[in-house]
Amino acid sequence: MLSVKALFTEYPNERGEIVKAAQDVSFDVPEGKLFTLLGPSGCGKTTTLRSIAGLEKPRAGEITVGNRVVYSSSRNTFVTPNKRNFGMVFQSYAIWPHMNVFQNAAFPLEVGKTKMSRQKIEEKVMRVLATVGLDHLADREATKLSGGQQQRLALARALTMEPKLLLLDEPLSNLDAKLRERMRFELKRLQRDLKLTTVYVTHDQSEALALSHEIAVMNEGRIVQIGAPRDIYERPHNRFVADFVGSANFLDATVIGREQQADIYRVQTTIGQLTCFAVEPLKQGDEVVISLRPEDVHVSAQRPETGNAFEAVVDAKLFLGEFIEFQVKLGDTLLLARVHPSFSPPVGTTVHVGMNPEKCVAIPDAARGKAA
Amino acid sequence: MSGAGPSSAGLAHKVALWQRFDPKWVVIGVSVAIVAYLALMPLVFLLWQSFFTPQTATKAAEFTLDNYVQAYSSMETVRLFINSLQFASGAATFAFVVGTLLAWMNERTNTPFKQLFFALSIIPLIIPGILFVVAWILLGSPKIGIINLVLQNWFGTERVFVNVYSIWGMIWVEGLHYSPMAFLLMTAAFRSMDPAMEESAMMSGANIFQVAWQITLKLTWPAIFATLLILFVRALESFEVPALLGLPVGVHVFTSSIYQAIHQYPSKIGLASSYAVTLLLITTVGVYFQSRLSGQGNKYSTMTGKGFRPRTIDLGPWRYFAAAIFFAYFLLIVVLPFLVLLWSSFQRFYSVPSVAALQNLTLDAYRFIFSYPTLARSVWNSLLLALGSATVIMLVTSVICWIVVKTKLPGRWLLDNLASLPMVFPGLVLGLSIMIFYLNFDIGIYGTIWIMFAAYITRFLPYGLRYNTTSMLQIHKELEESAEMSGASWATSFRRIILPLLKPGLVAGWIYVVIVSIRELAASILLYSPGTEVVSIVIWELWENGQYVELSALGVLFIIALFILVMLAQYAGRKFGIKEA
Repeated sequence: MLSVKALFTEYPNERGEIVKAAQDVSFDVPEGKLFTLLGPSGCGKTTTLRSIAGLEKPRAGEITVGNRVVYSSSRNTFVTPNKRNFGMVFQSYAIWPHMNVFQNAAFPLEVGKTKMSRQKIEEKVMRVLATVGLDHLADREATKLSGGQQQRLALARALTMEPKLLLLDEPLSNLDAKLRERMRFELKRLQRDLKLTTVYVTHDQSEALALSHEIAVMNEGRIVQIGAPRDIYERPHNRFVADFVGSANFLDATVIGREQQADIYRVQTTIGQLTCFAVEPLKQGDEVVISLRPEDVHVSAQRPETGNAFEAVVDAKLFLGEFIEFQVKLGDTLLLARVHPSFSPPVGTTVHVGMNPEKCVAIPDAARGKAA
Repeated sequence: MSGAGPSSAGLAHKVALWQRFDPKWVVIGVSVAIVAYLALMPLVFLLWQSFFTPQTATKAAEFTLDNYVQAYSSMETVRLFINSLQFASGAATFAFVVGTLLAWMNERTNTPFKQLFFALSIIPLIIPGILFVVAWILLGSPKIGIINLVLQNWFGTERVFVNVYSIWGMIWVEGLHYSPMAFLLMTAAFRSMDPAMEESAMMSGANIFQVAWQITLKLTWPAIFATLLILFVRALESFEVPALLGLPVGVHVFTSSIYQAIHQYPSKIGLASSYAVTLLLITTVGVYFQSRLSGQGNKYSTMTGKGFRPRTIDLGPWRYFAAAIFFAYFLLIVVLPFLVLLWSSFQRFYSVPSVAALQNLTLDAYRFIFSYPTLARSVWNSLLLALGSATVIMLVTSVICWIVVKTKLPGRWLLDNLASLPMVFPGLVLGLSIMIFYLNFDIGIYGTIWIMFAAYITRFLPYGLRYNTTSMLQIHKELEESAEMSGASWATSFRRIILPLLKPGLVAGWIYVVIVSIRELAASILLYSPGTEVVSIVIWELWENGQYVELSALGVLFIIALFILVMLAQYAGRKFGIKEA
C-alpha cells in the first residue's frame, strides 16, 4: 500500500548546518497493517513520517500510496500535504483551541475538495466521534478536554476525512502511564476494526512491540532493522537494536566453533565458554557480542540443568514489585537478572546462574572489530 | 491527481509546476512589496535629498555637499550636538532612576498602595506629549507658572524658582514623561529574575541595600543598559519638548533644528535632510545595540522557567516614606498636569488659581472648541487615520510575521529587519522623508490625507509586528500543519486557523496602534495641509496662536477620550486574554 523507496530528507538547522535526518530509508507497508518507526530522539523517525505527510520536502527518493506517487525526485513530483488525503495525529494533538469538539472534527470535511451538505457533515462527524467515544462532548470547548480526550479528538479529526493512510506521531507520549496503557488497547482495536494502513512513530519500545505488525528500528537517519516485534526483540541484528529495544547484558566474545545444531555456536567470553545462537553464519575467530535479556538470566539456588550454567555472587538487588532485579557477579563481570520476587537471596550469597543458549544471541560487532 | 501513472511522467511534471503556483505566493509577495516600499523609499529619498540643492521653478536640483558642509562646519552644529546629547542622556538618566526606583518599590518591597502603581503604565498613553509639556509650562514657566507664583507669594520675593524654559527644564519634563516607560521595562526585568538569588544573598548576611545594589541591580544589568538606550533614543527623537521649551530660548537640538530649517523662508529641506541623516545614524546605532543586548540576554540567564512569587522585602516604617515618594511622583506626573489644564480650561483668560479667579469660571473655552471650524474635521481625520492604519498594519504584519516565524524561506531575517526599520526613524525625520519622497514621486497623494496614512503605517509598522510576533510564537506549528493535513489550502488555514489564534496579538496591537496614532504629532506636523488636520495638530495650532485656555479645554476633552479608549482596551484585553507584549 505505502511504499517508501530510498528516501533522503535533509534540512538546515538554526546554525545553518545540514541535518541528515533521513538517509536511504526504504520500507513497504501492506494494506491494513500498522507499521512502526522506532528509535531514539533525533534518529530521523519523525522526519521520515513528515516526509510521507508532505510536511517536509525530501531531497531524493519516492513515496507511493496505492497507485499514486505523492513524491518522486526522479519525476519531479511533489503533492502538497493538503492534497494527499492522509490523516495525521500530532504529538501535541494540535487541537485548535478556538473551536469546539465538533468544529475540530468537522474541519477536514469543510475544507476538503468535495463540498458536503451540513447534514452530511454532521452525520459523518458524529459517527466518528461515537467511534472514539466523544459524541456526548461534541459541544464542549476543545480546551476543556482532558489529555486522553484531546488525544481521541485528534484521532477523530484524522479519521473524519476517511484517509488513505493514517500517520501517528508519538500520539501517546503526552499521556500519563495508566492512560497510555489503556489508549494502546483502544488504538489497536480501532486500527484493526477500521483496517487502516497506519504508520506509527514512537521512541517507546514497549508501545512499538505492543501495537505493531512490523517495526523499523532507526538510528542516525537509517533503518537498522526491520522485522516483526518478536524478531526485533529476540533476534536483534546489532548491538544498537538489542540495547534500544528492551534492556540487555552484553558480553564480548570470540567464536570457538560450531555446535551440532544449526545456528548454534560455542564462544569464549570473560566469564567462560558459552553456547549461543547466531542468525548470520560465523566462523572460528570472529569477534562478536553476546546479547542476553535480563529475564533470560535464570538465578536459582540449585545448579540448573541447562547449558551455560555458572556460579555467581549477588552484588546488589532492587525490589521493583513485579520482579526483583539482581546484579550478580561472575568473576569481574556484572550481569543484570530479572527474577520473580519469590526468590530473594541476601546480598553476598553464592547463587547459580543459567542462560538458555537460544536466548544468548551473538551479534557481529563492527565497533569492537575496529577497536581490536 | 499528480503523477497518475508511470506513463504520464511528462504530464506529472507540468502538474507539479502548476502546483507550485499557490495563492500564498501572491499574498507573501504583496506583503513584502508593501513593507519594502514603505520602509526603504523614504530613506532613499532622504539620503538623495541631503546631497542636492532645492529644486525651484527656474533651476533644477543639482548635486552638492553644501548641506553637509553647512551642517558640520559651523560652531552652531557643535552646540546642537552637545545640546542633543546632554538633553537625551539627562532625560534618559532621570527617567531611568525614577522608573527603576518605582519598579523596585513595586516588585520587591511591601510599599503600601501598590495596586496604584499599575495606573502608571497607562499614563503616557492617555496624556499625549504635547499636552504634558503645555501643562508643565503652565506649572513651571518663569512668568505664568503656578509653582513660581505660589512660591513667590509665600516668600514675598520676585525670584524665579523653577524655569522649564532651559535645558534642565527640558530634561525634567522629558524625563518625567518617559519615567513610566522605564518603570514598565524595569518591572519586567525584575520579574524575570529568580528571587532565590536575592534570598541567598540575604542568607549570606547582606542587608537590603547591599542586596539591591550588589545582586538585583547587577543581575539586571543587560536590562538596565537596554532600557537606558531605549530612553536615550526616545529622548533624542522627541519633538514636543525641544520645540515648545527649547526653541523659545534658543536651546536647539536635532529635532527642533530640523523643524526650524523647514519652517523658515525659504525652507532649507537639504539642510534639514542632512541633520535628519545625522540623527538617523545616532538612533540606528542606539537601536542596533539595544536589539543586540536584548538578543543575547541568555548569558545572564536569570529565568528559571519555574513560576515563582517573589518574597517582598519588609521596609518597616520606611514603607510610609516609600509611599510618600510614590504619591509625590503621582502628583507630578498626573494630578498637577491634569488639574492645571482643567483649571485653565474654565477661565476666560489664563490666570493663576485664586479666589478672585474662582469667580470667573466659565465654559467659554469649551463653547469655543465645539464651534472651532476645523475640530469636527480633525476628529474625523484622526479617527479615520487611526482605525485605518491600525487595521492595515495588523493585517500586513500578520503575514510578515508568519513568514518570519513559520517558514524557512531564505532571507526572512531581511524581511524582519526591513519591517522593523522604521523604528529607528524619529517621527519628524520620517515625516520629512515621506514629504520629500512624495514631492519627488508625484502620485497625487501629496497634501492629501493619504500621505499621512502612509506615514502612520510606516511609523507604527514595527509595533504591530512586535505584537503579532509575540502572539505568533505561541502558535504551535502543528496547529497549522494539522489543518494542512486536513486538506486546507494555505489561504484557508491562514484565515481559519492562524488569524483566529493570532487574535490576542491582533487585538492588542490594533488597540495600541489606534491609541498611538491618535496622539501622533511629530510626523503629522510636516505632512498636514488645510483640510487634513488631526486633533494633535489643532492643539499645536492653538498653542502657536497663544490660545491657552481653548487649548486646555481641548486637551481635557482629549485626555478624557483617550482615557475611555484605554479603559476599553483594557476591558477588551481581559476579555480576549491578551498579555502585554
